[in-house]
Amino acid sequence: MVKALSAKEVAKRVVEGKMFILDVRNESDFEDWKIEGKGIESINRPYFDLIDGVEDVLEHLPKEDVLVVCAKEGSSVMVAEMLDEAGIIDVYYLEGGMKAWSEYLLPVKIGDLKDGGSIYQFNRIGKGCLSYLVESNGEAAIIDSARTVEAYEDFAKENNLEIKHMIDTHLHADHISGGRRLAEKTNATYWLPPKDAEEVTFSYEALEEGKDITIGNTKIEIQPLYTPGHTIGSTSMIVDGQYLLSGDILFVDSIGRPDLAGKAEDWVSDLRDSLYNKYNNLSKDLVVLPAHFGKISELDEKGAVQAPLGELFEKNEGLNIESDDEFRRAVTENLPPQPNAYQEIRQTNMGKIDPSTDEQREMEIGPNRCAITE
Amino acid sequence: MNVKQTLDTKGLSCPMPIVKTKKAMDGLASGDILEVLATDKGAVNDLSAWSKSSGHELLDHKEEDGVFKFWIQKG
Repeated sequence: MVKALSAKEVAKRVVEGKMFILDVRNESDFEDWKIEGKGIESINRPYFDLIDGVEDVLEHLPKEDVLVVCAKEGSSVMVAEMLDEAGIIDVYYLEGGMKAWSEYLLPVKIGDLKDGGSIYQFNRIGKGCLSYLVESNGEAAIIDSARTVEAYEDFAKENNLEIKHMIDTHLHADHISGGRRLAEKTNATYWLPPKDAEEVTFSYEALEEGKDITIGNTKIEIQPLYTPGHTIGSTSMIVDGQYLLSGDILFVDSIGRPDLAGKAEDWVSDLRDSLYNKYNNLSKDLVVLPAHFGKISELDEKGAVQAPLGELFEKNEGLNIESDDEFRRAVTENLPPQPNAYQEIRQTNMGKIDPSTDEQREMEIGPNRCAITE
Repeated sequence: MNVKQTLDTKGLSCPMPIVKTKKAMDGLASGDILEVLATDKGAVNDLSAWSKSSGHELLDHKEEDGVFKFWIQKG
């Protein structure tokens, strides 16, 4: 009997366990994007090469504990059943396929806040997107929400939290924001930097410096800090004087790319100023919590992605480029491919187009690709 | 195009469009053209990759009202 393994269970193995994966999608999809992890080993063999039998692939597989993965699930069930018949013990298929993997959010507690309350990171491991929930005294704010808002709704329900604020640090190009949808559903305020919102078709609250947002009676402060570069509106947030939510400006292993709105050359100096002046003037003790990770090695043992700002000024290559010219080259030349469907995703986030759920899911396939390096 | 056989896989999801295409192809002679109709989006990438790996030629494909049409010549 083959067994289904949920995205949640696979996430557990990615963070702290081991797994052998037979990925049966076609070669280009596998090369573009796959499940990775410290203890994850994977090989690719398209399902259509296995229809007549799995004999050829058996010698490359362990005798037990194999996970078969495909795009949506169907082909992985077929191949898993064939492996099971061929005698492999404990054969699993990924429930919902890579689509489900792309959508799963792993909540990890980052820490407590000074006057009560706490901050959580929701790690969308499959796509490398990081969102945040700050809670205090029964109220919550969610920053850079994923499209699939059910994870936050469930969390809020379990912890008796009222969602008061949905905040996007910038207009996203790699994923469809759940901010507006959940704000409408929960009567929360939807915050967006006005310079990124010039073309949006809906009303929002302007996320600007000086407009501090408070949550709960203990007044957890979220201070916006204007840091353009990835987009012209990109706004970082300092939470409780301890955490720097850096959006897509600064990542643990890289920095944000300025080209996704088509204005790379114009925004190079903004990006440099945000990173080398504005960030450099902040306390180096702030813990950086970015909106993405690029490599699975950035995850710590709990599955969280974070680093002190001081450490990034020492180790992150993107923060250690001496000349303006060299910086310009680094952020405009030889960039990785753009995120899948990034133009349509931006249009969706502006409210200009309204694709169906299936179309939205399809648009979000693949890694985030918001950094200058892969 | 001189189509020898038409295979309708509308409504079927992965892996069935390819499983059926392969079966139909087994019954054709080299040079014959098979027309495949599908509604599964994944079929676009998969049929072209499958044709390549199994020595057939995907002559053309297009989308009409949500239905994908493929013409594959047996190698």
